[in-house]
Amino acid sequence: MTETDTNKEAHIKVKDLTMAYGSFVVMRDLNFSVNRGDIFIIMGGSGCGKSTLMKHLIGLNPPAKGRVLYGDMSFWETGSKQREQFMRRFGVLYQSGALWSSMTLAENIALPLEQYTDLGPGQIRELVSLKLALVGLAGFETFYPSEISGGMRKRAGLARAMALDPEILFFDEPSAGLDPVSSKRLDDLILELRDTLGATVVVVTHELASIFTIGNNSVFLDPETRTMIANGDPHKLLEESKDPRVQRFLRRGEVEEASGGEAWLKKSAKPS
Amino acid sequence: MIEQTLINFSRITADKLLVRLSGTWQIGEDPPHAEALLEQIKSEPGIQRIAFDTQNLKDWDSSLLIFMLKVMNQLKERDIIAEKEGLPEGVQRLLDLATAVPEQKDAGQKEELPSFLDKVGTDALRFVSSTGELIGFVGEAWLATVKLFVGKAGFRPSDMALFLQQSGAEALPIVSLISLLVGLILGFVGIIQLKMFGAEMYVANLVGIAMVREMGAIMTGIIMAGRTGAAFAAQLGTMQVNEEIDALNTLGIKPMEFLVLPRMLGLTLMAPLLCMYAGIMGILGGWIVAVPIYGIDSTTYINQVTQAVGLNDLFIGLFMGLVFGVLVSLSGCLRGMQCGRSASAVGDAATSAVVTGIVAIIVATAIITILCDVLGI
Repeated sequence: MTETDTNKEAHIKVKDLTMAYGSFVVMRDLNFSVNRGDIFIIMGGSGCGKSTLMKHLIGLNPPAKGRVLYGDMSFWETGSKQREQFMRRFGVLYQSGALWSSMTLAENIALPLEQYTDLGPGQIRELVSLKLALVGLAGFETFYPSEISGGMRKRAGLARAMALDPEILFFDEPSAGLDPVSSKRLDDLILELRDTLGATVVVVTHELASIFTIGNNSVFLDPETRTMIANGDPHKLLEESKDPRVQRFLRRGEVEEASGGEAWLKKSAKPS
Repeated sequence: MIEQTLINFSRITADKLLVRLSGTWQIGEDPPHAEALLEQIKSEPGIQRIAFDTQNLKDWDSSLLIFMLKVMNQLKERDIIAEKEGLPEGVQRLLDLATAVPEQKDAGQKEELPSFLDKVGTDALRFVSSTGELIGFVGEAWLATVKLFVGKAGFRPSDMALFLQQSGAEALPIVSLISLLVGLILGFVGIIQLKMFGAEMYVANLVGIAMVREMGAIMTGIIMAGRTGAAFAAQLGTMQVNEEIDALNTLGIKPMEFLVLPRMLGLTLMAPLLCMYAGIMGILGGWIVAVPIYGIDSTTYINQVTQAVGLNDLFIGLFMGLVFGVLVSLSGCLRGMQCGRSASAVGDAATSAVVTGIVAIIVATAIITILCDVLGI
């Protein structure tokens, strides 16, 4: 975490963001910022709008109100050309991998490269092999997404997300559907990527183990009040937050609710 | 066999009612209703507490829980205290579990039937928005096509080749069968009528003009709607469900150029060819009726066809094929892109693509036929 402390430039800023589907408000008044080099966790209970928030950040859903700023640029107030330019610097790993099912793994990873670089076919092939090797899938170039397991699809999705060496990587529930070992390996990979590529990472998750292993900044969304109720380093939230909802979440519900919110202090569940 | 009473009551103190539960409570064996207890309470005023005795209770399953849940809710409303201690421990725990999270009151709001005016209003609004979407989609598709001819193509050539093959070559068997049979039917119906005037050989004119000008295109259009249009909608719908389209969008690759355009081009290029082929197969169908069955000379049949079918008939057929290709691929892709994010939504998208496609084909046929009549071609 020390290297992020020295480098506190805000990479993504969210100001007064309200998210809605039609007239149904999912979340309102979101204010937080993600610093360069952060591993930022979007957490909250199931169905509270975590993935929706990610879709707002990557430009799939326009905000109902408020702004998403990348550096000084307001993402939704610039022209569509510039927005596209910006989106090329994102890498997104979707929940199920979202590989294009009609293409082989190699073609999946090559597509962004073909679209946005002037590399020749030979160079692209080498890059594709490299990215696949990085996620432990060397030799699977000619496989179709339907021919590999769920965990492999997810890793292949990560290889595709990294194809263009993005500045910001988004992960939607990276450990969903993975066994503990694979999920741990993915966490290690995320940390490795942040350190080597210097990328900013935004992770949507509710896996406590992941949250405490990789996260150094976070926002907590509460479905009841439809807004964020905590923001900051998850380790600090665990120790300092007085909000029983945050405490319940971060301690897997093992807090005695009736005892005035002080009981959790006695149980000093230590993060890994 | 003696009928077992599963429940009976006795008043033990002035304000306390003891409920005895006994026997076997099993689902499907018509256990007592909660109303029995409630009526008992009504008939004996002044009851403040209810106790339970389950010493003679042999076996129980969810039916006892259903009963107890109803009773508990009713007692709560009447401010009567229920002493759960007398119940088996399992029942107590399960009751606690079932009542731990209060019932979501507004969860059932969907069941309310909207009023007639409400429905008219929402339907009208939906119609307006879906028309808007349709126009937007057509506009985007048009822009993408223009972009294709001006600048760089936004899709992979291999995709295009695949769709040409899927919507063209792979449709040949079914198009052959259907149009051969349609030609055969036209031939039979025609020749029976023409025979009355001794003009059997004119069946060649009838089959030739009908197949090349109208029927070939219509039959091909309907086959394309059922075969290719549905496939497009299902493919794109599944991609929507799998977030594959989101993945394209975040890469800045436009699904309209990358997914829709090759499909539309593939089908639109193949449709006129299929129509022409259907015409030929139809004429062959007519030949089967006329020559081997009714003994008309083969050369006469062919001569009649070549004389009767003019270039303008062929062009009208090809033009209709082109229009149908656009309409079918457009409706297939539109429904696919509009697809929701569930398995049933994919099914709906495919169904809706076929329906939209066929309706569009019939309407277009009517318009083109009337136009041809007005223009005299």
